[in-house]
Amino acid sequence: MNITQAILEALESLNANRLRAGLTMLGIIIGVGAVIAMLSVGQGAQATITSAISGIGTNLLFVSSGNLNNDVRNPKPLTLADAQAIDDPLVSPDIAAVAPTIQGSVDVSSTSQKTRRNSIIGVTPDYFPMQNYTLTEGSFITEDQVLGQASVAVIGPTIADQLYGTHSGVVGETIRISGQPFHVIGVLASKGGSSFGNQDSRILVPISTAQARLIHRGTTNEVDQILVQATNAGTVTQATDEVSQVLRQRHRTPVGIDDFTIFSQKDVLSIATTVTGVFTIFLGGISGISLLVGGIGIMNIMLVSVTERTREIGLRKALGARRRDILLQFLTESSMLSLFGGIIGIILGWLLSILIGQIAAATGNPFNPVIGINSILLATLFSAAVGLFFGIYPANRAARLEPVEALRYE
Amino acid sequence: MGKYVIVADNLVKVYKMGEQEVCALCGVSLKIERGEMVSIMGPSGSGKSTLMNILGCLDLPSGGEYTLDDESVSALKDDQLADIRNRKVGFVFQSFNLLSRTTALANVELPLRYAGVREGRKERARAALESVGLSDRMMHRPTELSGGQQQRVAIARALVNNPAIIMADEPTGNLDSKVGKEIIALLMDLNRKNGTTLIIITHDPGVAAQTQRIIHLRDGLVEES
Repeated sequence: MNITQAILEALESLNANRLRAGLTMLGIIIGVGAVIAMLSVGQGAQATITSAISGIGTNLLFVSSGNLNNDVRNPKPLTLADAQAIDDPLVSPDIAAVAPTIQGSVDVSSTSQKTRRNSIIGVTPDYFPMQNYTLTEGSFITEDQVLGQASVAVIGPTIADQLYGTHSGVVGETIRISGQPFHVIGVLASKGGSSFGNQDSRILVPISTAQARLIHRGTTNEVDQILVQATNAGTVTQATDEVSQVLRQRHRTPVGIDDFTIFSQKDVLSIATTVTGVFTIFLGGISGISLLVGGIGIMNIMLVSVTERTREIGLRKALGARRRDILLQFLTESSMLSLFGGIIGIILGWLLSILIGQIAAATGNPFNPVIGINSILLATLFSAAVGLFFGIYPANRAARLEPVEALRYE
Repeated sequence: MGKYVIVADNLVKVYKMGEQEVCALCGVSLKIERGEMVSIMGPSGSGKSTLMNILGCLDLPSGGEYTLDDESVSALKDDQLADIRNRKVGFVFQSFNLLSRTTALANVELPLRYAGVREGRKERARAALESVGLSDRMMHRPTELSGGQQQRVAIARALVNNPAIIMADEPTGNLDSKVGKEIIALLMDLNRKNGTTLIIITHDPGVAAQTQRIIHLRDGLVEES
């Protein structure tokens, strides 16, 4: 007996018990559907998070004071001089740009609106290209404005809406930061929310102005964070080494224990990937359990089927069916059940993931569920394997029936 | 090819009933010639079914020698027995035993499938159905056929692989007497035309009387007449 005939016969026998076959398949359908939907949601979340992180640029390094892993006594704060030293092209050929920043939370208000608490960042002109900022109107902060401690600010569209009720035509308006009047010289294009807080409600001022008048720190010219841009994504490691060397020298720290931390975009990316990966496996694992339950359903129904068809098996054996003929017949039947269930389940899972995507979009967290070829292959193979595995016991029982006893069975 | 298609020598079949051993066949010896038409009679419990199972290679004897169509079958494995049944034995059962999901034609084709025949299966199955007079019922399912017609399909199925013997176990048991006579007449006709050895197991003395020889079984032993 060849496979094609076995498949035809299996289809015939499933067709004879349509309701039962359908209900048995339902177990697999739900299992596979859940696996596909969960994997796609997991992968979609992963893609969304990684693209949000890569949006800032994968060749950025964040240098900050202190050490997260080791206890360092009296870490020296980072200063503008540190940033300038790092920026020396002779010492650090792999660094394209350096942007020291200082960040704080202050009261801001416009003439018409109430005072609100908002974070401001003191920056240099290099900061804008490094963060991929674009403007909808006005201009960025210039070198002259930094040198002259100018009272100017570039603001995000959200804070513009909050202060002026609009984010167009606000250049030239006055914004009060800690009670001091600043000129709005530019409005940023919207970047959307990200894992680093909403970039659209930022207020950016010249770093010198911030240090002198808005954010007071213990050391002169102290900065909170230095953003370093490597020449490209491939030189991030060299750039990290160069930054470390300069800072170790300047801070006179013993080798091995640094009083600063360099955090690269890659680190963030790999942490996010690990977290979402675990999350995906977890979801997939839970839905895998329902696939297992579906498989047990197949085994159950196949056992019933073998008992019901004992006489038929006896007859087939009397007509010359060998053990493997009977084995093949029942294995084909259970595999068909799980295969069809798997295919319908893939479609169901696909619909489900679209639905989840829609719900996510409707609740304001848009992300695209990704159905990879991987997850489809995984679900198909797994469901076929479930059919085979749970079909083996019933099929084996059928194949081992004695013809004499099977024929006598009522 | 020997003269005898069936040579059974001192067949013994012992069943264990708890502690006790009961012999269903207690040393049966018989020979059946090629082309012969034989009936086996006996009251229930006489070992008729056990003998049929062994002669039909559905079961193995606990002792003794059995040769079917010049092949010794006493010590074969399951799959080898299945192969012998497929090639050498055609069964006709009291309750027809057709697969209800498929057509008459597919039912008759089944032994050919298990024989691994790839070419010309449909044609051979059709020819077999024609020889039992069912050429116009090939695509009908068993539920759409009368009892007599179903038994004809079963006979066609038994014939299709050109077996050495046809074993008919109470072939008229589920039929009324008129249809039963037709079935017996058909079996005898096929025996005469094709020379297939026919073994009928029956309770009915009228059926047995039409065969060439009657083997009487009683308490697991042959009382030949």
